[in-house]
Amino acid sequence: MIEKQYKQITFTLNGKQVSTSVDVRESLADMLRREFGLTSVKKGCEVGECGACTVLINGDVFASCIFLAIWADGKDVMTVEGLVDTDGHIADIQQAFIDEAAVQCGFCTPGFIMSAERLLRTGKRYTRDELRKELSGNMCRCTGYHNIINAVEKAMNARLEAAGKQPV
Amino acid sequence: MEVGKSFKRVDAFDKVTGRAKYADDLCPKNAYVSRILHSTIAHGRVIRIDTAEAAQIDGVVKVLTCFDVPDRPFPTAGHPWNTDPGHQDVADRKLLNEHVRYYGDDIAVVIAEDTVAADRAIRALTVEYEAYPFVLDPIESAKEGAPLIHGERQNNNILAHSSLRIGNYAEAIKEPGLIKVEGWYHTPTVQHSHIENHICFAYQEQGQRVTVCSSTQIPHIVRRVTAQALGWPWGKVRIIKPYIGGGFGNKQDALYEPLCAWLTTQVGGHPVKLDVSREETFVNNRVRHAMHAHITSWMRPDGTFAARKLEVWSDQGAYASHGHSVAAKGMGAFPQLYPCDNVETDAWTVYTNKPTGGAMRGYGIPQAMFQNESHIEDIVTALNLDPIAFRRKNSMPVGYFDSFSKNELYEDSFNQCLDKAIEKIDYDRKRARYRHQTGPVRRGIGAALFWYNTAVWPISIETSSCRMIMNQDGSIQLITGETEIGQGCDTVFAQMAADTIGLRLEDVHVFTMQDTDVTPYGSGAYASRQTYIGGFSIRQTGQLLKEKILKHAHTLTRMPADLLDIIDGTIVRKSDNRALMTVGELATRTLYDMERSEHLAAESTYAVKSNAYSFGVTIAEVEVDIPLCQAKVLNMVNVHDCGTLINPQLAEAQVHGGMSMALGFGLYEELLADPKTGRILNDNLLDYKLPTTMDHPDLLVDFVENAEPTSPFGTKALGEPPTCSPAPAIRNAILQATGVAINTLPLNPHRLFEEFTKAGIFRTEQEVISPPSPGRSAEISRVTINA
Repeated sequence: MIEKQYKQITFTLNGKQVSTSVDVRESLADMLRREFGLTSVKKGCEVGECGACTVLINGDVFASCIFLAIWADGKDVMTVEGLVDTDGHIADIQQAFIDEAAVQCGFCTPGFIMSAERLLRTGKRYTRDELRKELSGNMCRCTGYHNIINAVEKAMNARLEAAGKQPV
Repeated sequence: MEVGKSFKRVDAFDKVTGRAKYADDLCPKNAYVSRILHSTIAHGRVIRIDTAEAAQIDGVVKVLTCFDVPDRPFPTAGHPWNTDPGHQDVADRKLLNEHVRYYGDDIAVVIAEDTVAADRAIRALTVEYEAYPFVLDPIESAKEGAPLIHGERQNNNILAHSSLRIGNYAEAIKEPGLIKVEGWYHTPTVQHSHIENHICFAYQEQGQRVTVCSSTQIPHIVRRVTAQALGWPWGKVRIIKPYIGGGFGNKQDALYEPLCAWLTTQVGGHPVKLDVSREETFVNNRVRHAMHAHITSWMRPDGTFAARKLEVWSDQGAYASHGHSVAAKGMGAFPQLYPCDNVETDAWTVYTNKPTGGAMRGYGIPQAMFQNESHIEDIVTALNLDPIAFRRKNSMPVGYFDSFSKNELYEDSFNQCLDKAIEKIDYDRKRARYRHQTGPVRRGIGAALFWYNTAVWPISIETSSCRMIMNQDGSIQLITGETEIGQGCDTVFAQMAADTIGLRLEDVHVFTMQDTDVTPYGSGAYASRQTYIGGFSIRQTGQLLKEKILKHAHTLTRMPADLLDIIDGTIVRKSDNRALMTVGELATRTLYDMERSEHLAAESTYAVKSNAYSFGVTIAEVEVDIPLCQAKVLNMVNVHDCGTLINPQLAEAQVHGGMSMALGFGLYEELLADPKTGRILNDNLLDYKLPTTMDHPDLLVDFVENAEPTSPFGTKALGEPPTCSPAPAIRNAILQATGVAINTLPLNPHRLFEEFTKAGIFRTEQEVISPPSPGRSAEISRVTINA
């Protein structure tokens, strides 16, 4: 018989401070799904290859399936659920995915949106080729990525324009 | 009219917010988990499994082995049932198999309270085998003396053989002056690689019935298969299908639902989850059949066919699943794409000790188009003909009628598609420019055609049912047995229903989840059937509901029903276009009528007795870095005639996805088996080269909208067709660029190095590459001239 070990962790989840007790062996993906019901966090490989479980941790992208839950202690974790405001308004990048028909089965979608969100937050202007490179850690089998790149580009241009940066 | 407009997907909001519920999201928190023990030999018999240590592990609920399961073989293919025993799928596997037939076969299961305990228990199981010789190659496996894989059922490994004879091949090839072009064409085993692995959970209700919630494309078929596997009446099984994270044919099979259903019965009906890992998805689900084809064409010097012959061996793997229907479909494409008076075709589907071949997007046609369209390019190269002109002249002509499917080529679809594709990718200019190149980096441009059937009539039944329930506000719930798997059918069904009744799109609420206790029968997502087939029952049911509404409108407005119509949710008097009342007002008054209260609803089944040809073309522009042996697609266009577009934006998105899957098939993907053991070597997304964003160019798409006359909405197949023609177009572009005809997929650097070396394209390590000499083939494509 092996004793289970638990640890109390406190972290910021989608803008709110939360505290919970986790099995030290549990992945962040499993904890977010089990403890917080965050169904946007999908598991497609559990070894960090497919990108479906991508979340932002302190603003950077991580595959939450290979990130231990205890490592989230003291950090700022954000999932797709955190992009929706309290009135239910979705973020520009989510709307762009809808408008550009970048969603099919929807399983890779939240992970892709989080990877894209990090890019949009840099305030940089990326070429399509740069976007492809930056997003190559997320896999999609339905879309051929074409409309996903379109959606990210569209949201990027809109944010840059809103920030007063002229289109190139 | 709502049909023909690019409405946003009805499920998009829930998917971008993470709220859409997939199977794992619905699993009860207290469910036990299960893990499968897979065999570590490719062929043999399990003599004994020692479970004592595993059973002692804390958290383990039960260990079950191949010696515990019912002795009842069952079929798994996602085909509609056939009441004729001669047309039923082959029942050749049990829930767990004592006779193991591939490296990874399912031999035992652990049920546990958590995954840690389950994994530990799996590692604690020890297995004693009696090992048999194994065979991995279908051509070897078809020979006499090969190790028998299903000796219990048959005395050779050929699951099925079918053939077709037109005219007299043996006589026709004697014609003087004929030029014989022949070649072998090989396509690899690939896997669907949907991002959501197959997952299901099962529990029992009332201590009797079993419910399985599953990531499946075919809930009604899985119910039947699960009941057959358990030996139960079909009504005792209930299947629930929530949103699924892609399927592409892998989930057009009963995968682990029968096993999961049985597991819950072994633990008193407690919920049991069976969550397949990515590694298991590659090895223990289904794969695309690898095929090996030999084609011989006897050409007249004027570029017409005298006689043609095709022989194809399809690698079935360990179990029958969809079996020979895949190779048979591929073979059937051959005489129709380029009709010829004298044709012989033969296809063999052969068991091997490898993962099981099942349905995968295109169902044999991507393989067939690689064989066919590569071979056509070899012909035009040998005869020095123009590849586009040859295809225009020799492909299926307008008016072509297939007496079996009753399909007809009504319009000049191939030429129309070619015209658009040529213009869109600037083919003529590029083809001419790439004609005489030297140097290490060269470009080429190549084309390939395809045709595809829509749905499966007359091979199987084609039937679809629909139920519409009207709410008091005049909106409806639309319920069908056809499944949303990502392709967007919920959205196009809503558009069809809105148009038929006269409602607005927002008045149609699609009940997306199939629950076999509630949802009327539909066969599900396969054969590019749902938009075509579902359209018949949606139209018919919508008309029934509309008749009822207008009958009540007559009562409420005093106007004759035939003077009334429903437009945008309003009852309109046609004679003066006056709006008389809203459908909502009518529905409320009808339901709450003290005398004649009626809940407005309609349901019907439509048995479809037609099929429809879908057509298209791919043109690919490729750059080949010869020293690096690397081919890169610079531009690729698909043009489809899939009839009238119900939702153009979603149709285009569907084509992107199919082209992408074909890009992987053409350039990157191959599931490799270790020849020494039969073990799959690259069962993960790192080693199996699924294309990423970096591997894709922008994808060009266009359509020719020839309304399909048999469809109430003018539509026909689009789900699978985009996957059919890109791989040979890429191959043909590499042929133009380098002069080397490569007949084995994928066209990855390993392959290109071998083939370039064989073709003598490298002279020395440093020296510039030799100039191309068209028609040089590295493979066995041979050209001989009749004496």
